[in-house]
Amino acid sequence: MLECVPEGKTEHTTGKINPAKTCQPIGAMYASLGIHGCLPHSHGSQGCCAYHRMHLTRHFRDQVLAASSSFTEGASVFGGASNLKTSIKNIFKIYNPDIIAVHTTCLSETIGDDIPNIIKQSEIPEGKIVIHTNTPSYVGSHITGFSNMCKSMVAYLAEAQGETKKEQVNVIPGFVNPGDMREIRRIVTALGVKLVMFPDTSGVLDAPLTSKYQMYPEGGTTIAEIRDSGNSEVTLALGAFASNAAADLLQEKCGVTGIPLKLPIGLKATDDFIMAVKDWFGADIPKEIAIERGQVIDTLIDTHFHYQGKTVAIFGDPDHVIAMTEFVITMGMVPKYVLTGTPGKEFEATVTKMLDEAGITGSRVKAEGDLFELHEWIREEKVDLMIGTTYGKYIARTEDIPLVRFGFPILDRAVHPLMPVVGYRGCLRLIEQISNAFLERRDRDALDEDFELVL
Amino acid sequence: MDGMDTTLEELYTQYPDTVKKNRKKHIVIKSEADVACPQIEANTRTIPGIISQRGCAYAGCKGVVVAPIKDMITITHGPVGCGYYSWGTRRNKARADSTTPKDKIYSQLCFTTDMQEPDIVFGGDKKLARMIDEIVAAFHPRGINICSTCPIGLIGDDIGAVAKAATERHGIQVLAYACEGYKGVSQSAGHHIANNTIMQNVIGKGNERKPGKHVINVLGEYNIGGDGWEQERILKDCGYTVNCVMTGDASYEDIKNLHLADLNLVQCHRSINYIAEMMETKYGTPWLKVNFVGVEATNESLRQMAKCFSDPELEKQTEEVIARETARIEPALEQFRKICRGKKAFAFVGGSRSHHYQHLLKDLGMEVVVAGYEFAHRDDYEGRQVIPTIKSDADSKNIPELHLKADEKLYREGNEYLNLSKEQFEALKKEVPLNYYEGMYPDMKNGDIMIDDCNHYELEELIKKLRPDLIFTGVRDKYIAEKMGIPAKQMHSYDYAGPYAGYNGAINFANDVAHTLTTPAWKMIVPPWERIEEPDTGKQEGANDA
Repeated sequence: MLECVPEGKTEHTTGKINPAKTCQPIGAMYASLGIHGCLPHSHGSQGCCAYHRMHLTRHFRDQVLAASSSFTEGASVFGGASNLKTSIKNIFKIYNPDIIAVHTTCLSETIGDDIPNIIKQSEIPEGKIVIHTNTPSYVGSHITGFSNMCKSMVAYLAEAQGETKKEQVNVIPGFVNPGDMREIRRIVTALGVKLVMFPDTSGVLDAPLTSKYQMYPEGGTTIAEIRDSGNSEVTLALGAFASNAAADLLQEKCGVTGIPLKLPIGLKATDDFIMAVKDWFGADIPKEIAIERGQVIDTLIDTHFHYQGKTVAIFGDPDHVIAMTEFVITMGMVPKYVLTGTPGKEFEATVTKMLDEAGITGSRVKAEGDLFELHEWIREEKVDLMIGTTYGKYIARTEDIPLVRFGFPILDRAVHPLMPVVGYRGCLRLIEQISNAFLERRDRDALDEDFELVL
Repeated sequence: MDGMDTTLEELYTQYPDTVKKNRKKHIVIKSEADVACPQIEANTRTIPGIISQRGCAYAGCKGVVVAPIKDMITITHGPVGCGYYSWGTRRNKARADSTTPKDKIYSQLCFTTDMQEPDIVFGGDKKLARMIDEIVAAFHPRGINICSTCPIGLIGDDIGAVAKAATERHGIQVLAYACEGYKGVSQSAGHHIANNTIMQNVIGKGNERKPGKHVINVLGEYNIGGDGWEQERILKDCGYTVNCVMTGDASYEDIKNLHLADLNLVQCHRSINYIAEMMETKYGTPWLKVNFVGVEATNESLRQMAKCFSDPELEKQTEEVIARETARIEPALEQFRKICRGKKAFAFVGGSRSHHYQHLLKDLGMEVVVAGYEFAHRDDYEGRQVIPTIKSDADSKNIPELHLKADEKLYREGNEYLNLSKEQFEALKKEVPLNYYEGMYPDMKNGDIMIDDCNHYELEELIKKLRPDLIFTGVRDKYIAEKMGIPAKQMHSYDYAGPYAGYNGAINFANDVAHTLTTPAWKMIVPPWERIEEPDTGKQEGANDA
C-alpha cells in the first residue's frame, strides 16, 4: 500500500509528511457547536469553513452548520471588517442563532483583523451575542483551537455574581465525542452533584432523527449555564491541552478553583475523576458506579492473557494519548511508540514520567511528530498493535498490524461518536476492542490445526 | 409556474433586501415559453455569512485537479490544515500500470510545510526549498507540485522562484500553483490555475504516442470510485486507445503526452475545459463534450465519438458494445425502476454532475425538480454560446488567462487529427457538437428550478415546501436532509461506493439509490407510542413513506 515509503531512516526534519494534527479553527468550530443555539463563524476565505464542516461531518455523521466571511482577494487586501459585519447582520436575520462564535483563520490572522473591534461596530440584535477567539492555523493544532474557544466562552460569558459559590462543579470535558460528554454528565449526576459542562456537543452532534428538523438541536450548554459557571465552587479540567486554559481563566476571572485532571479514559484516570468529585463535595459513590468499576477489574483479570506484554504504538491528540498510555500500562501492555502531532514539551514529559514509573524502557515519545516518522519507527521495530485515528490505517495495512480506532478523527467506522470511551463503561469498551483486535488476528493467522473454538 | 413563483417569493421574504436582490439573480425557473435560458448569475461572490456549499481556489486546484496525479508529490505550502483536509478525501482511485510502478504512487501520502508563526513572519520559502530537497532525496519522485494556501500569498513567498531553483537543482519538474484560497469566488478559480500551469509546463513535453488506431484523452474525469476505469473498459472495447484519463489515475508521464491523441473527450467541462480549449488553440486537437453518466447518455456519447472518426469498423464495434452492455444490464435496471419510477429529486453537485446525473435518473424514471451547481459559470446553465457575453469582474480578472498561439511544429488542423477531409470535418461539425456543450437548462422541465450556489436556508426551505423523495448532494448537506426525513446520497464520495459511470456504474447507482429509498428505517421514524392507529385500515399516520 505505501510501497513508495523508503526503507530505513530518511532525513525528514522539515514540514510534515502525513500529519498527526490539523489546524486550530476546526477545534474552535467543534467547541462552538457545544453551545446551545450557536452558529460557529469562520472569519476568512470560505474554503476553511467548507473543509472543517466536511471533516467534522465525516467523523460525526451528522449535520455541522457554520458560516464564513467568504473573503475574496479584495477583503484580503483591505481587511475583512466589512465582510464580518455583513456576515453578522445576515446570520442573525436569516439563521437566527442565539449566539455567533467567531474564530479566525490563518488568512484573517495574517492580515491582522481586529475582531473585538469589528464585533463592537456590528449590528447585533437585542439579546443576541457574538463572541470570538483567535485561532491562527500556524500555531498549535486543532486542540489549541478547541482550548482557545473554551477560554473565550469563559472570557465573554462566565460571571461571578458574588463571593458565595454554588455547590456545583464545572466540567470542561476536552475534545471528546458527544457520547463521552453524555457519559461524563451521567457519572457526575449519579454522584449527586450538580454540574455545568461546557462545551457539550451531546444532543447536537448525536441528535435523534425524528424528521422534525431543528437547525439548532436541543443539546448544547446554554448561555445561562456558561454564565453560571463563574458561580461554581470548582472546575474540573479534563485534559491539560484542551481544558486547562479555560479553567485557569475561570479561576482568575471568577475565583473558581481549577483542578487539572487527565481525560477520564482508563481505570486510573476515571478513578481520579470520580475521587475529585467525591473529595470536593463529599459525595457518596453510588452502588451503580461501584459495580461498574468492579466489572472493569473483573474483565481485566478475565482477559489479561490476550494482551499482556504486547507492544503498542499510540498516536493522536495529546490528552487522548496520555490517558490511553496510562490505561495500556494498567493493562500490562508496553507502549512502545507514543506520538502526538500537537506541539508541547509537557506531553513528552508526562508520558516519559508514566513510562519511567512503570519501569518501561526503550520506548519513543514525541510531540509535534507525524505519521511518516511513526511509520519509520515501526519499520525499524514492529509493534503488536496500533491505537489511534483512521489515518493510521495505511501503516497498519502496509505493516500488517491490527489497528484499534481511537480519538479524532475516525472517518471509516460508524457509531463511535455515540459510544463513550470515558468512565468505567468506556474502559470496558476499550478492553473489548483491544482484546478482540488480538483475537481476530489470532483467528486469521491460525493454521487449521491451531484454529480453536474457545479463546 | 405560478406555484413555483410563489414558493420562491415566500423563500425570499426572510432575506435582508440586499441578500434578496442578489440571490434572486441566481435562481431561474424553467419555462417552456423561454426557448433560451434566461440569464442566471453565477461565478460571482458568495455573500458573507451565507452557509454556502462552496470551497476555495486551493480546494479546486490541489483537491480536484492536481492531487490525483499519482506519480507526482504534491506539497501544500502553508499551515497544516489545508493539506490535511485534502488528504485522500476525494476518492481518486489510482493503481500501478505500464507507466507507473507501485513505488511511484504517492496518492496516499500528505505533504505539508506545516508553516509555523516564525515562518509567517520571516517567510517560508527556505523551509519549502528544504522540504523539497528532503523529499527528492527520500522518494525520488518524477515531479513535484507546490500548492500555496491563503497566508502564502499575503506574506509573498515566491513559490515560482523556489520551484524554478528546485527544478534546476534536482533535474525534475517542480511546478508552482499560486492557488491561495481567497482567489476568485469558489473552487473554480483553482481549476483554472491548475489547468494553466499544467498546460504551460507539462503537456507537450513528451513524444511517445501510444499505439492504436484511435487514441483519445478523457479530460475532467477524476476516477472517483473507479468511474474512469469503467469508462476505459468501455472505450477499449469499442476500439479506442485511452492515452490518459485526466487527472483520475493519471500519471505525469501520460500527461506529458496528452497532445499525442486524436481527440479530447471532456467529461467535467467546468474543471478542465481550459485545457481542452488551449490544446485546440496550440495543437488543433478537436474536443467533444461527453457524458458517461447514464445508459442513454453513454450510448449517445459513444455514437458521437464513433462518428468523429468516420471508421465503419469503429462504428460497428461501438454498436456491438452498446447492444451487448445494454442487454446485459437492462433486466437489472428494470427491477430498480420499479422502486425509483416517479420519484422527485434535488441535485446539488459541483462541476457538471448535477446535469450529468439527470440523465441517469431519467433512465431510472426519476425526475430532478431542483438542481444547481456550487461553482458554476453561466455557460454551465445557459450553454457555451453565452461565453462571449460574460463580463469579467474583479475576482475573475485575478486569474491569469493564458493567450497561447498555435505551436509551429505540432499544430495540425482538426480534420487531420480525425483523418477527415476539410469537407468531411465541416459536415461532421453539423452532426456532432464538436467543441460545444449546452447547459443544464434544456434538460430541465417546465416549472423546475435551477439554483446557483444554493445555500443552507434555500435548501431547507425548498425541502419543506416541495418534499422531494431523494436528495443528491455533498456530505455537508446529506445529514441535514436526512434529519428532515428525506433520504440523501452523497454525490461527491458516492457514500463510498462506485463506480457510477458507464454501464456497470448505472447498475451500482440504481442499486444504491433503491437501497437509499427503501431502507426500512424510513418507515419506523415515528415511535410506536406516537403512532395513531386508524381502526378502519390499520394504516399508520405520520410514518414517512419515502
